[in-house]
Amino acid sequence: MFNSSLNQLSTLLATKRVSSIELTRDFLRNIKSLNKEYNAFITVNEEMSLDQARIADAMIASGEGSPLTGIPIAHKDIFCTKGWLTTCGSKMLSNFISPYDAHVIELFNKAGTVNIGKTNMDEFAMGSSNETSFYGPVKNPWDILSVPGGSSGGSACAVAARMAPAATGTDTGGSIRQPASLCGVSGIKPTYGLVSRYGMIAFASSLDQGGPIAKSAADLALMLNVMVGFDARDSTSLQHENEDYTRELKGPIEGLRIGLPKEYFAEGLSDDVSRAVDAAVAEYSKLGAKIIEVSLPNTKLSIPVYYVLAPAEASSNLSRFDGVRYGHRSEEYNNLDDMYLKSRTQGFGAEVKRRILIGTYVLSHGYYDAYYIKAQKLRRLIAQDFTGVFKQCDVIMGPTSPSVAFSLGERSNDPLQMYLSDAYTAAASLAGLPGMSIPVGFGKKNRPVGLHIIGNYFAEAKILSIAHQFQQVTDWHTKMPDIKKF
Amino acid sequence: MAVTLEDVKRVANLARIEISNDEANTTLDQITGIFSLIEQMELVDTSKIAPMSHAQGVEQRLRKDEVTEIDQHKLFQLQAPKTEAKLYLVPKVIE
Repeated sequence: MFNSSLNQLSTLLATKRVSSIELTRDFLRNIKSLNKEYNAFITVNEEMSLDQARIADAMIASGEGSPLTGIPIAHKDIFCTKGWLTTCGSKMLSNFISPYDAHVIELFNKAGTVNIGKTNMDEFAMGSSNETSFYGPVKNPWDILSVPGGSSGGSACAVAARMAPAATGTDTGGSIRQPASLCGVSGIKPTYGLVSRYGMIAFASSLDQGGPIAKSAADLALMLNVMVGFDARDSTSLQHENEDYTRELKGPIEGLRIGLPKEYFAEGLSDDVSRAVDAAVAEYSKLGAKIIEVSLPNTKLSIPVYYVLAPAEASSNLSRFDGVRYGHRSEEYNNLDDMYLKSRTQGFGAEVKRRILIGTYVLSHGYYDAYYIKAQKLRRLIAQDFTGVFKQCDVIMGPTSPSVAFSLGERSNDPLQMYLSDAYTAAASLAGLPGMSIPVGFGKKNRPVGLHIIGNYFAEAKILSIAHQFQQVTDWHTKMPDIKKF
Repeated sequence: MAVTLEDVKRVANLARIEISNDEANTTLDQITGIFSLIEQMELVDTSKIAPMSHAQGVEQRLRKDEVTEIDQHKLFQLQAPKTEAKLYLVPKVIE
């Protein structure tokens, strides 16, 4: 059961061989026995999950079910979920019971899925290791001495350790793809604007994008079918015609042109990651793909540009946390200004403060053009690199992360090293392109390696198919960590 | 454009974040490292390039000026630290 695909679970539910209540209880039991060790969930609420399971069973009984009805899904604690504690991994929101649902949550509720719990994450999604969470770090189930990646580390861990069949995440500079890679699971960040940001607590609004993490590309396609949709409440939501993301899964690899950017295989890439990625590319070649070397010359600018734009937008977004309408308010203060100062100083952790300060600096008087506007111009150059390359190839591949999971604490005092974890993922975020990561082997200390697949705008169905074809002839995605027996 | 300790304290004040001298020094060290990376941006001539904020070049959508939300202040104010008479309470600003 725990290794079943979403399709298999869907069939079991539809043919009434298992009820949603039973399935939900099984996964809740897993969470209970494993979460102490992994810390993947911030909130679990059995009663509310089982209420949803009852509704799902009724939907199935009356023939109103859809493919994911009755299936437990874990939600990153960045999605506002009505009646649930929604913390965004921060002390600032450690008392926030959301009075409304994010659009993504509304869509999953409408599909009749069961919220199995809210997953741990880097505070306000700022981090690449899940170590900045107010609720403590998540452990990587493949090696509990290593990080799960971040910021959607709890979601990736929950799927890898079979505490949930699938999960939601968000990706601003790599926060779905990098943890998926480090935890040996699959994840996709769609084209910017496809998944509504309404009720998704804002980090960097021009980059934030929701997406799923699951065990396979086929499962991701089913999740995207639920998550994607226009929403007028998100000012950058795209009015894109609804697609069935499973429609191309069977498509052939024969004749596919895969571009390997030489910049993604240059200095900084670990040998173990390089070997696993090369082997995956060789497998594609065997399936009939044509491998082409391409160049994305502005790749090295993506981290500098990202670390101007994201903190700038974050400093603006996080100014709403002032202790007035919701969230943490200091117990003691002398006046209004002091209340803001103390509430924010107590409510935010070190990394969030650091990014607010960087953001405030680059937006401050006299620096706006030199930093923010300059970064936005370079962002266009980075996007143009991709436009050029997609004339030569259909899809881009490379490593998702320069190394396998690093050890807990290894980079937590060195923000610069931590930021370089996003070296390959940030560019696709800046360009607004869809990107995904699938497991393709193991590196040092048996820690997983992910293959990064970047598609052109709205090419989600195509890259899912490319990943699915690989998963038909290999079994990396079926490997699971050696976790305690249930 | 080296960041100084004064800059750190100034932006901390702008961002309403309290910062001790020690913290300001540590922050300065870390931020200086990050800015050494950011300064790479200067090496590229961008004089003829327009800034990009949205990949699809989406313009701000306009909608009719009509009420779309219902009054839920009771529900929303359940989350507020202090309220009175439908209002959010903060320390007095004007005597």
